[in-house]
Amino acid sequence: MSKKDLDLTTSVSAETDVTRVGRTEAPPPHEQTADEDIDVVDWDRVASTNDFKTLVDLRARFLIPATIFFLAYYFTLLVLVGFFPEVMSRTVSWLGPVNLAYLFALSQFAMVGLVAYAYLRHAKRFDALAAKIRREALVSSGSKTT
Amino acid sequence: MTTAIWLFLLFVAFTLLITWWSARRSGGASAYFAAGRRIKAWQNGLAIAGDYMSAASFLGIAGMIALKGYDGFMYSVGFLVAYLTVLLIVAEPLRNSGKFTMADVLAYRLKARPVRAMAALSTLTVTIFYMIAQMVGAGSLVKLLLPGVSYELAVIGVGVLMIIYVVFGGMLATTWVQITKAILLLAGSVMLSILVMAQFGYSFGSFFEAVSHVTWIDPKTGAQVTQNFLQPGLAFKGTLGAIDLISLGIALVLGTAGLPHILIRFYTVPDARTARLSVVWAMVAIGAFYLMTTFFGFGAATLLTPANIPDQNMAAPLLAQHLGGDIFFAFISAVAFATILAVVAGLTISASTSFAHDFYTNVIHAGRERAPGEEVRVARIAAFVVGATAILLAIGLRSTNVAFLVGLAFAVAASANLPPMVLALFWKRFDTAGACWGLGVGLVSSIALILLSPSIMGTDGTTLIAGEPIFPLRNPGIVSVPLGFAAAIVATLLTRERAAEEKFAEFSVRANTGLGAEKAV
Repeated sequence: MSKKDLDLTTSVSAETDVTRVGRTEAPPPHEQTADEDIDVVDWDRVASTNDFKTLVDLRARFLIPATIFFLAYYFTLLVLVGFFPEVMSRTVSWLGPVNLAYLFALSQFAMVGLVAYAYLRHAKRFDALAAKIRREALVSSGSKTT
Repeated sequence: MTTAIWLFLLFVAFTLLITWWSARRSGGASAYFAAGRRIKAWQNGLAIAGDYMSAASFLGIAGMIALKGYDGFMYSVGFLVAYLTVLLIVAEPLRNSGKFTMADVLAYRLKARPVRAMAALSTLTVTIFYMIAQMVGAGSLVKLLLPGVSYELAVIGVGVLMIIYVVFGGMLATTWVQITKAILLLAGSVMLSILVMAQFGYSFGSFFEAVSHVTWIDPKTGAQVTQNFLQPGLAFKGTLGAIDLISLGIALVLGTAGLPHILIRFYTVPDARTARLSVVWAMVAIGAFYLMTTFFGFGAATLLTPANIPDQNMAAPLLAQHLGGDIFFAFISAVAFATILAVVAGLTISASTSFAHDFYTNVIHAGRERAPGEEVRVARIAAFVVGATAILLAIGLRSTNVAFLVGLAFAVAASANLPPMVLALFWKRFDTAGACWGLGVGLVSSIALILLSPSIMGTDGTTLIAGEPIFPLRNPGIVSVPLGFAAAIVATLLTRERAAEEKFAEFSVRANTGLGAEKAV
């Protein structure tokens, strides 16, 4: 059998989440450890730039409150429905038999949409800053070698 | 019924033909890898949706809502909200750092061999739980189509077919296959929802009116029962039920981000922005699907009533038969069956190869193959063992709701996989001991709690183990997820790994900017 025949993983989607079976050559990029891959730039220097710190900060300032919010909103539903089913079974007069529990569950769909939308809006700023960091890091490391 | 069988076989053949054709179109695995970088956000999003909406979502949730009403709908909500965890926490760092999986993320900074070994074990376990659910679904489906066949025979037949399929080739679960599957499933759900609403003159008012007064004759007692299916508490009763519901929520919301077949999808897109957009596209498809569970789940409850749903996993196909006759029944069954086939094949291959390489060769034989082809042989044996285990457990767990069974797979993923991954992404101090202990404790505690739960232990003779259940909750997440986190944190604090800390700057720059993973800047 040729080397290719020995590789089971080719029969699933892409390179799978695992090392190719029977492989003898170097690991693919996604499997490399920090020691094995190529250092394209001086990582510590990039990590200490103001732009990078701003980027990490920008992300955290959105992601931490957003995560807390969506988890709180979701678990509020579960707590209310679980511990207070009678209260949540109350119907809303103008909506016929539809009760608070179902309305709150439906609102979760809207909440998911809103958080995702807010994140997409906010993330544009990350993309611009990340692109700037990449550009500058590669330019400065390029000039170092030439 | 015979027409239905022939139509079913025809539809399955047709779906397999479409998937085969779409797999060919993408030009096989190696071309896929190159072409992968050109996958658009909406395509990848649909592929994620296709990977995610397994038999459990369709068969399981429909059945759960049909019998337990509102409480079943909690699965729909949880499965969707889970995507915010994927979107906000894991998708972009994973794509940016060029990693496929949790194991890749962990092995990058930490000692590769032990963390890969533990990760392979946990992947294998999550896969087996996922497989059990798919097998139960497939077995029930075959039994419904061929009434003469017993459930046991149906599960063994389907299981053996699937093992053969995987061991000698396997379905090409490429992006296009998953996209096709997602579209078929969505189309089936839309048709089913429209047919349900047609029964109520397309009036939401009369639909919900009917849902709030479902009346049927209990076949056991002969008494007439009227139940409001919009009322919470039919499945999760009392204080213990409430804790169980929260426990389920923890597993669903945190488990998705630890599922191997979802994470792999982010490598096929060109950059973090596309990864982000593809999650949002997936959320649109998945959200639409779970919204529709309202119609076909509650629809099955009102139009069929629980008295006419002998096997709860079959509520959706039975509803299709009731509303659209044998043709529609065959179509819905075929879509569900093809879904199961694709999910099982992909999962088994990834789990068995990761076991062969990451665990067997790395741990038992110190990273070297003793003979050419040994890993392949081990992978095949592992695939066989995974399949056989799933078949045996599926027989023991007959007529257990498949959405519930998948919930257990999510619980294991949330307890074992998620804590180490999140800590590796955001905590500089995190080290190999933390990862291994987190994975180990999360895995063992979630499995142990499931084995001691009322789903496995019981006194009425229908459970796998006879005896009073030791752990009162069906869903272990509320205990095992904190245990997984605690073990990972405590083990990290008790040890010190300078090498891992030094590489955090590199990992953090990569994960935040995509530097080094982007082909062109």
